[in-house]
Amino acid sequence: MSDMIKTGIIKGATGDWEMVMGLEVHAQVTSNAKLFSGSSTEFGSEPNSNVSLVDAAMPGMLPVINGECVRQAVRTGLALGAQINKYSVFDRKNYFYQDLPQGYQISQFKQPVVGEGIIRLDMEDGSVRDIGVERIHLEQDAGKSLHDQDPHYTFVDLNRSGVALMEIVSKPDLRTPEEAGNYVKKLRSILRYIGSCDGNMEEGSMRADVNVSVRRKGEPFGTRCELKNMNSVRFIIQAICYEAQRQVDILEAGGTIDQETRLFDANKGETRSMRSKEEAHDYRYFPDPDLLPLEFDDAFIEKCRESLPELPDEKKDRLMNELGLSAYNASVIVADKENADYYDALLAALVKGTGKSQKELAQQASNWMTSDLFGALNKASKNISHSPVSPEAGAELLGLVVDGTISGRIAKDVFEEMFESGKGAAAIVEEKGLKQVSDTGAIEAIVDDIITNNPGQVEQYRSGKDKLFGFFVGQTMKATQGKANPAVVNEILRKKLDG
Amino acid sequence: MTDKNLTRLTIAEARDGLQKGDFTARELTEAHISEVEAARKLNAYVTETPELALAMADKADARLKAGDAAKLTGIPLAIKDLYCTKDVRTTAGSKMLENFVPTYESTVTQNLFDDGAVMLGKVNMDEFAMGSSNETSFYGNTINPWKAEGSDKELVPGGSSGGSVSAVAAFTAMGATASDTGGSIRQPASFTGLVGLKPTYGRCSRWGMVAFASSLDQAGPVARTVRDTAIMMESMASYDIKDSTSVDRPVPDYEKALTGDIRGMKIGIPKEYRIDGMPDEIEKLWQQGIEWLKAAGAEIVDISLPHTKYALPAYYIVAPAEASSNLARYDGVRYTMRKEVPGGLQEMYEATRAEGFGKEVQRRIMIGTYVLSAGYYDAYYLKAQKVRTRIAEDFEKAYEKVDAILTPSCPSAAFPVGEKSNDPIAMYLNDIFTVTANMAGLPGISIPAGLDHQGLPLGLQILGPAFGEETILKVAGVMEDAAGFTATANAWWKE
Repeated sequence: MSDMIKTGIIKGATGDWEMVMGLEVHAQVTSNAKLFSGSSTEFGSEPNSNVSLVDAAMPGMLPVINGECVRQAVRTGLALGAQINKYSVFDRKNYFYQDLPQGYQISQFKQPVVGEGIIRLDMEDGSVRDIGVERIHLEQDAGKSLHDQDPHYTFVDLNRSGVALMEIVSKPDLRTPEEAGNYVKKLRSILRYIGSCDGNMEEGSMRADVNVSVRRKGEPFGTRCELKNMNSVRFIIQAICYEAQRQVDILEAGGTIDQETRLFDANKGETRSMRSKEEAHDYRYFPDPDLLPLEFDDAFIEKCRESLPELPDEKKDRLMNELGLSAYNASVIVADKENADYYDALLAALVKGTGKSQKELAQQASNWMTSDLFGALNKASKNISHSPVSPEAGAELLGLVVDGTISGRIAKDVFEEMFESGKGAAAIVEEKGLKQVSDTGAIEAIVDDIITNNPGQVEQYRSGKDKLFGFFVGQTMKATQGKANPAVVNEILRKKLDG
Repeated sequence: MTDKNLTRLTIAEARDGLQKGDFTARELTEAHISEVEAARKLNAYVTETPELALAMADKADARLKAGDAAKLTGIPLAIKDLYCTKDVRTTAGSKMLENFVPTYESTVTQNLFDDGAVMLGKVNMDEFAMGSSNETSFYGNTINPWKAEGSDKELVPGGSSGGSVSAVAAFTAMGATASDTGGSIRQPASFTGLVGLKPTYGRCSRWGMVAFASSLDQAGPVARTVRDTAIMMESMASYDIKDSTSVDRPVPDYEKALTGDIRGMKIGIPKEYRIDGMPDEIEKLWQQGIEWLKAAGAEIVDISLPHTKYALPAYYIVAPAEASSNLARYDGVRYTMRKEVPGGLQEMYEATRAEGFGKEVQRRIMIGTYVLSAGYYDAYYLKAQKVRTRIAEDFEKAYEKVDAILTPSCPSAAFPVGEKSNDPIAMYLNDIFTVTANMAGLPGISIPAGLDHQGLPLGLQILGPAFGEETILKVAGVMEDAAGFTATANAWWKE
C-alpha cells in the first residue's frame, strides 16, 4: 500500500492502473459573522445560541451579504494566482434536510467569485508540481444533525447554519494519494498564511470531498466516485487507496463503476455507498432573487492584494535565494504559518541582538530551529505555538553563540535547560558559570598540564597519528568543563604539539 | 360626530380631524372596532386585535396631544396577514402557519406604526398570496362587500389581497396594507371600488413579508382615495439595508404630487391591452378614461408593448419557480405545523406539506419544481427570464415617448364565489393586465372609474416608469376627480 501512496499505480492482474483524483475542499471563512447574517461564528457555543432569524429561515427573512467573507474569498483567489470575477451570482441549491432551514443552500453555481488558479506542490525529490484550481465559490454551511440525543428524534443545532464556506475545487490533476494529501496540506498552509480560514480540520473548518477514478495510463478518465466529508489528511490517503483498489477489483472482474457518492468509514477503513447517481438530488439551481449579483471593482481587488502577506512559495524562494537556506530547511520553515512566523521573529530578534545581517545569521538560525528546537518539540509532543522557548529567547541563546560567549556544544545544554525551566539563556550561562574561556593564558596552562601528563599520546601524535589531536581537544574541553573556546584550544594545541 | 360618520372619513379627513382635536384616536379606533365586529360575515379579518388597537390609539392620542403627530398618527388600518407582526399571529392564509407568532415586525408595518398608525387586525388573503379570489385561504373565503344589483350571490373580493380590500370597502378600516406579485393589489382594488398602488420593485422593503415570489413581490397600500393612497405610500416606502433588493432613494412627499395638473403630459394607450372577449363596457370605460385625460389637457399617444401576450405565461413560470423554493422552509421542522406520522423525516415532510398546504399552493410548488428541474430549466425558467427582459424593454421604449400608460385594471368585474375556483386558467387570466408591471418591476395604480351594468365597480390602471409613483398618483388624482366615483357597497352584512 505504501507503494501505491507514492506512485498512484495499482498493479492489477491485468496490468497497471493509474489513479486520478480531484478535490473539493470546503474551507470555513474566517469572519466574525455568518455569510448572510450577523450571527456569531464562534466554535463550541451552546447549541442553537448563534442563530439569527435569517439562519433559522423564519418567514420573511432576507439574506444580506457579509462583505468580509467576499474579501476573504477574493484574497484566497489572489493567493492562488486565480482569476477574480468582478461579477458573480449567488444561486439557490434546493434540497430538503432537517439541518437546512431554508430548504436551499445559497451557493454560487454558474458564476463563482473566483475562477482558475494554481497550487504548487513541493515534491519530496525537490521538484514542484502545479495542480490546477478550477474555481472558488462562496456558500452557506448547513446546521448539524444530532442523531444520538434521543431514541425517537433527531436534534438540530443551527449554530453552523449560514456560516460562510469557500468551496475550492481542484482540477482532476492529482495522480497519487500522497499528492492529494500534500495538496490539502499546501492549501491549508496558504489559507492559514493569509488568514482566510483557520484550517482546523478537527473542528470541521476544513473538509474535503474527494473524487476518485482509475484508468489505464493515457486513456480517458474513468467513472468517478465522490468520497464525502473527509476531515484528515490521513483518512484522505487511506480512503483513496481503498476506493481505487475497490474500483480496480470491479473493473478487473469485468464490472463497471457506478457513479455514486460514498462515505469513508474510518473504523473499518472502507468506503460504502451513500447514494447512487439515480438517487442524486436535482438541486434546481437558480439565481437567488433575494440577492443582487455580487459586483466589485479593481480598487477592491487591489486592496485585497495589498493585504496579502508573503505567501509560502514566495517565502521559500526568498529564504533559499536571498538568505542561502537549504531547500530542506526552507521547506520545513514555510510549510506552516506558525513555523514561518517563528523563524521570522527569531531572525529579527537575532539581527537586533547581534547587529549582524540577516544573511550572516539565517543559516545558523534555521539549523537551530529545524534540528534543536523541532527535535525538542517533537520529543515533548508540543506544537511550535506552544514552545516553551520563544523566538526572542531562542535569539538570545544564538546570540551568545554568535558573540562567542558560549560554544555551540554548551548551547545545546543551555537550550535543554531553557526548554525545561523556561529560564533565559544568559541567566543559565551566568548561574552555571558556562561562559566560554577564551583567555589564552589560562588555556595554555591547562594544555601544558595535559601534554605533561600524557607523554605516550604526545609521542604517538608526533610520530604521525594525527587522529590523536581530537584526544587532546577532548581532554582540554573536559578540563575546562566544555567552556574553553574551541578555536582558541585548537590554535594553542597545534602550536604546542606541532611545535 | 357619530361612529358611522367617523368610519366614512377618508384618511386625509381623519388626520385633519385628529389634529384639530375634533375627535380622538381612541374614538376613531373604537368606531372602527365596532364596524369590524359588525362585518364578520365578510370574513375579512383572520385575527382581530382590538386591545392592541386601543393601546396604539392611546399612544397616538398622547402623540397628538404632544404635537409630534405624523401623517398617520391615530389612523386605524388593516394589515394583510403576510406582514409579520410582532407578537401577533401571522398566517399568510395558510394552515401551515396557523400557530405562527412572529417575534419581529416587518419593516413596512414598523414604518406605519412609527408614524402612529393603529392596527385593527390581520386580514385574510389567498394562501401565500397565490390566488385572485381569496378562495385559496385556509381561513375561508373573504366576501366582497359589493353585490350585483338584484342578486344575492356572494362575490369574491379579488385576490390575493381580498381581506385588505374587503375591510376597507366595508368601512371597517381606513386603509390597508396589501402586496402585489402579479396583480394582488390592483385587481382586488378594482373589484371593490378602491384605489390600489403597486410601487416600483425595491420601493418598499420586503423584510418581514412572507415571500411568495421574491423578484416580483412588492408591498403597497389600498385605500378609498388617491390622496389616502399617497399618504400611506409615503409611510410604507423606505430603503432598508435588511433587504438587498430595496433601493436607496429618498421617499418623496407623494401627497404633494397631487397637483391636479396634467396638462401636456403624454399618456400611452397600448394596443395589446385590447384583448379578445373583453366586455364592451370595459372597453368603453377605457375610452372614457382617455376622454377624461384629454379633457384635462393630456396628450394621448398610441403605443405598442409587443411582448405583452407573453407576460402571463412567463409569469406563471417565474412566480411558481421562486415560490417552490421560497416555500421549502415550511417543512414541519421548526415553526410550522407538523404532522407526526410513522416513519422518518421524508414521511414527516410529505404528511406535513400535504396537510399544511392547500391545493393551489401545491399546484404552484409542483409547477415551480418542474420548471426548475434539470433538463427543463433552459426551456422554461431561463426563457421566461428572457421574456421578462423583453417586457421591460418594451416599457423602456414606451417611456421614451410617454409619461404614463392607461389600461383597464382587469378583464372583468368581481365574479361569484366558486365560479372560477376549479378553472385555474380562467383564474390566472385575472392578472393579464396587471402582471406586466410586476415582470418589469414598474409601478401601477388602479382607481375606481365606474360601475358595470350590474352595478359593480370597474377599475382603470395607470402604469408608470421606475420610481414614477408621483407621476401615476398625479394622473390618478385627475382621473379620480373626473370619474367622481362615489358609489359604496350596501351594508348588507349588517342585516
